[in-house]
Amino acid sequence: MKRQRFFATLGAGLALATVAACSGSSTAAPSVPPSPTAKVTGTVEFWHFFTGREEAAVKAAVADFHAKYPDITVNVRGGQDDEKMLKAIAAGQPIDLALSSTTDRAGKFCQSGAFKDLKGYIDRDKLDLTQFPDAVLAYTQFNGVRCTLPMLSDVYGLYYNKAMLSGAGVTDAPKTTSDLTALAKKLTVFNPDGSIKVAGFVPEMGWYENAPAHFAPSFGSKWLNPDATSAIGGDPSWQEMAKWQKDLVDFYGIDKLTKFTAGLGQEFSADNAFEKGKVAMVIDGEYRSAFVKDEAPTLQYGTAPFPTGDSHTDLDGGGYITGNIMGIGKGSANPEAAWLLMRYLTTDTDAMVKLANAIKNVPTTKAALASPNLEADANYKTFLDIFGNAHSSTTPASPTGSQYQDAMADFFTKWQGGKVSDLGAALLDVDKQINDALALATGP
Amino acid sequence: MALALTARGPGPVPAPLRSKRRRDRLTVLAFLAPWLIGLAVFFIYPLVMTVYYSFTRFDLVTAPHWIGLRNYQFFFTKDPKVWQAVRNTAWLVVILVPARMLFGLGVSMVLTTLRRGGGIFRTLFYLPALAPPVAATLAFVFMFNPETGPVNVGLKSIGITGPLWFNDPAWAKPALVLLGLWGIGDLMIIFLAALLDVPKDQYEAASLDGVKPWQRFRYITFPNIRPVLTFGAVTGVIAALQYFTEASVAATVASGKANIGEGIGTTLGYPDGSTLTYPQWLFVKGFSDYALGYASALAVLLFAVSVVFTVILLRRAHAFTPTEESLR
Repeated sequence: MKRQRFFATLGAGLALATVAACSGSSTAAPSVPPSPTAKVTGTVEFWHFFTGREEAAVKAAVADFHAKYPDITVNVRGGQDDEKMLKAIAAGQPIDLALSSTTDRAGKFCQSGAFKDLKGYIDRDKLDLTQFPDAVLAYTQFNGVRCTLPMLSDVYGLYYNKAMLSGAGVTDAPKTTSDLTALAKKLTVFNPDGSIKVAGFVPEMGWYENAPAHFAPSFGSKWLNPDATSAIGGDPSWQEMAKWQKDLVDFYGIDKLTKFTAGLGQEFSADNAFEKGKVAMVIDGEYRSAFVKDEAPTLQYGTAPFPTGDSHTDLDGGGYITGNIMGIGKGSANPEAAWLLMRYLTTDTDAMVKLANAIKNVPTTKAALASPNLEADANYKTFLDIFGNAHSSTTPASPTGSQYQDAMADFFTKWQGGKVSDLGAALLDVDKQINDALALATGP
Repeated sequence: MALALTARGPGPVPAPLRSKRRRDRLTVLAFLAPWLIGLAVFFIYPLVMTVYYSFTRFDLVTAPHWIGLRNYQFFFTKDPKVWQAVRNTAWLVVILVPARMLFGLGVSMVLTTLRRGGGIFRTLFYLPALAPPVAATLAFVFMFNPETGPVNVGLKSIGITGPLWFNDPAWAKPALVLLGLWGIGDLMIIFLAALLDVPKDQYEAASLDGVKPWQRFRYITFPNIRPVLTFGAVTGVIAALQYFTEASVAATVASGKANIGEGIGTTLGYPDGSTLTYPQWLFVKGFSDYALGYASALAVLLFAVSVVFTVILLRRAHAFTPTEESLR
């Protein structure tokens, strides 16, 4: 009897604890924070994803901020990814300022309240949002909630090895995907045993920066409908992209390609295949030029917008844009200081230009883009042009984060491996996967 | 005292005796308290919460929202990858665990027969178990690199074209099994201890009776070491059900893709989902897709399967102690 009473008490205690834990906080409505009456001081916990050379540049920018606001100390923690940041925020760790490397999770950050709604701060301080380009403004908010501001962006285009192209008698970068395929075949060198020695262009999806999202703007491919359901199965441009990609994969043979790519160096290392001359052309972000300068300074290369699909030549000059997004953590212990640092890093022209020059990212304010101090050589200018092109686009924010892109990446893995017999049906199945995940995340 | 207590009739207990019994119980509880607190805080409470979350939509940040059985419904009817993860994990349970058991037993049996150099070989076989899983997997992926790894280079030198190993969906899991066999030291050492503990006189008697080696193993060695084999099987199955680190490191390194700032969720399962294990999928859903409610449902089902596996194994193997019948 006593034992029963003991377990009943233990059970009741656990149930009470459960109820207490389950009645956790809900997302608070955004409120207009009062203007700080005293000088803003204290410490800012700043988490970001940069490492190595790029982390040093961020630290330098933060040091400049500290020189300007000596009463604010910033603890900079580099090498943090989105998974760690969200876990830490959910666990109540007071991350004041967080920098994510991708716009894919802006929807999740804003919808969940992991990042504070910035409307109150923006209204109070009359921050001029028109200083940001429209595309950048679009990817830093979700469903009318602006919980992030942009801090530099990544723009994708084609890198090509000038020596290899001129060796093949080619001077200009390809303009269409058919041109790219023809040139890739021309530049590919096989070993006597049939294995690949140098690839003209590696079409294998999942390798380095080969991702459906990065190719999509070249085909005008549409990801989602306005209600966040999938638009993939109904958009024929995806089929065009898939067929172009598979044709080139079949030219090499998937096994040969896989063996070749397995032997290449890691993407972000001095053994990068493009920097080592193992691949003649790659799709990559503007930041690659800084890596080339650091790791392969003698490499002669050029840059261009990625070729468009054959039936989408009107999209010439565009490309994929994404960016780093910065938000104030839900449990920030010092949001005012975090807001000051955020404003400095996202809107101060000198700070942004200095960072852009150091890590060769594209600035995200119009003033920084037009700054005479922005060091823009021909290769880097290509990306500035893509950034400003009307046909450039990004991936849409979704309540499911990047799950819709993951579903598409999974499709391409099967497709390039020859495991898909009905392309249209397979893309409709991708629709179903995306819509099912959306229903689970947002349904009643 | 025991006699006095059991002889007591149904009448009221004297106050001093009640007080002493209460004190005794409190003393017992006080000694049990650290374990009870640990059990409640680190096992029962998380378990209760996980079960609760499995019936909710929960993204880690906002309050959980009750959705009934929808997470379980999604698991059984709509999750496009969970069954691949289930199949991969089942494959590891069926192939990796027995392979490690057999290899570990074989190695330890050979080591018991060595007359010279046994210590050196014991050390050599045990050493890989000391390597951290991440470092060991990293080294294995580079060794088995299809283009530049020494394994395929060696095979090529004798005219054999090696497979793509960690880059081939058909070979990635077998390559992980090889990694598991290489790190057999942990299992080998307890099997060795059990083998050395088998009474020598039983072998001598069998020898006098002229039994064959297989009969010797079947009727003497096996019954004596069965508790240890059961232990190895139970812990092996549980470890296989929770297999995570080696598969994730292998996938990330072999894919060659950087996931800077995005977390490991983006590369798990490479190539083509062949190394995606159930706990990895649970991690992806919970911490990469922020669907912690659904991840909790996955965890509840994993817990249930683990319990069932363990109970079946223990029952089939008559638990950890050899019985008279088994030794007969």
